[in-house]
Amino acid sequence: MARILRFAHVSKQYPRNGSALRDVSFELEQGEFLFLAGHSGAGKSTLLKLVSMAERPTEGDVRVAGFSSTTLRGGELPRLRRQLGIIFQDYRLLPDRSVEANVAFALEVTGASRATIGPKVARLLTQVGLASKGTTMPHELSGGEQQRVAIARALVNDPSVLLADEPTGNLDDRATRGVFQLLRDINASGTAVIMATHDVSLIEWSGLRFLELDKGALVFDGTDATRLVADLRGRT
Amino acid sequence: MTLALREVWLAFRRAPLLALLSITTIAFSLFSFGLFGLVALNIRSALRSVEDRVEIRAFLVDNARESSVDALIKTMQKQPEVADVGYVSPDSALQRARTELAEFRDVMDGSVLPGSIELRLKDGQRDPATLKRVSDVLASSPLIEDVRYGREWVEKLYRIRTIAGVAGTALGVVFALVAVIIIGATIRVAILAREREIEIMRLVGATNAFVRLPYIIDGTLKGLIGGALAALLAWIANGMISRSLVSTDFFSAAQIGLGIASGAAIGFVGSWLSVGRHLRQTWREA
Repeated sequence: MARILRFAHVSKQYPRNGSALRDVSFELEQGEFLFLAGHSGAGKSTLLKLVSMAERPTEGDVRVAGFSSTTLRGGELPRLRRQLGIIFQDYRLLPDRSVEANVAFALEVTGASRATIGPKVARLLTQVGLASKGTTMPHELSGGEQQRVAIARALVNDPSVLLADEPTGNLDDRATRGVFQLLRDINASGTAVIMATHDVSLIEWSGLRFLELDKGALVFDGTDATRLVADLRGRT
Repeated sequence: MTLALREVWLAFRRAPLLALLSITTIAFSLFSFGLFGLVALNIRSALRSVEDRVEIRAFLVDNARESSVDALIKTMQKQPEVADVGYVSPDSALQRARTELAEFRDVMDGSVLPGSIELRLKDGQRDPATLKRVSDVLASSPLIEDVRYGREWVEKLYRIRTIAGVAGTALGVVFALVAVIIIGATIRVAILAREREIEIMRLVGATNAFVRLPYIIDGTLKGLIGGALAALLAWIANGMISRSLVSTDFFSAAQIGLGIASGAAIGFVGSWLSVGRHLRQTWREA
């Protein structure tokens, strides 16, 4: 499989908050699923921001979908962003627009034609299991459903990588499993997924690869969650 | 473009009060600018009407021959700064003096006043240096006994004009800057109200130009409407002053058009700067 993401000795320091990431190196294959684990402040969100190039590393190089943080120019960021889908814990939907309009908006701003927007929105809403909720307003949906809308919106550009920053953080167990299964389905169709989470049981249950971060350092890269369980549960 | 226009319309529908407040703020800031412009316009027109009366008067020696005076007049007419040259005979001078100074009519006889040449300069050539240069040309002629043009008075007038020009430009720049800042701030409020849309646009890969467009249209439209409102307010204010205090000049149609276009331009610049600043600040947080 082709490599879609590579971190090479990446460090990130903030002038006020100090070191957020320290000498992190890893790679991600196309179509791979990767968890980011670690307690709050460990560097998970910083790592995701470095992938989306919302932040640039202080040292090292991030290479994603053919773009390098070392050489990327500001004007190229939109092209990179169209290779990525991004979802957040708080969904970030437009509260005054229907489910359909939320997804269509993302298509419109990337210049999709009117003829393609309608069918694509319908297909994406079907994919996330919300075909019947197109005209519903976000506040009428459950948390899990709102996150599904956010996922549909993140998929408008058929991204190579989906970045999920604590996507199940606000959801109950049932909704968490539902959203996770949806992410796995998307992953199965070839999109690489990086999911930051505090949910150790989900990582343990899935048996998938995870990176454990601690104070900005990468302390584990693998699938054996035994250590992670001990680490994170021990701290909480 | 359709999406940008729709976003502008949606923003207005979502917060019409905010939009109206922005337009009113812009209108009043441009109105202040317009009032200042009116004051400057009327000061300039008052100075011009005074300046129009500036002329050079050269008194001829007693025994000046008519043919020599004609030759001198022709020479002066050829000077590039000169608008017109006229000869005033001693009789005409006496006639004029008797009309203008009626109370001294009885003491004036034919030998009191000399003949003279009166000379007016073209518009834009009535500055002290030009007046002195032309006067010197006249004074160098043996036919001329004395040349007068109110040197001190003209120099004072030009000092006032220079001070008014510099102060006017400085105040104009300050007013324009204040208008840009106010418009920028109102656009910034509109941007903050729609931060979520901007964030999503950027997350899904909209270009900066695409994100900017609705705000630029919004700012330009508000500047345009604010400019038109300011022109209307200035027209009303000018009418009230003209009716109740002193008759004043108002802007020409071209100046009004330019003022409204300036409103649009200030709206454009204000929104461009404001949204640019926001994009730079939030790019890292996206």
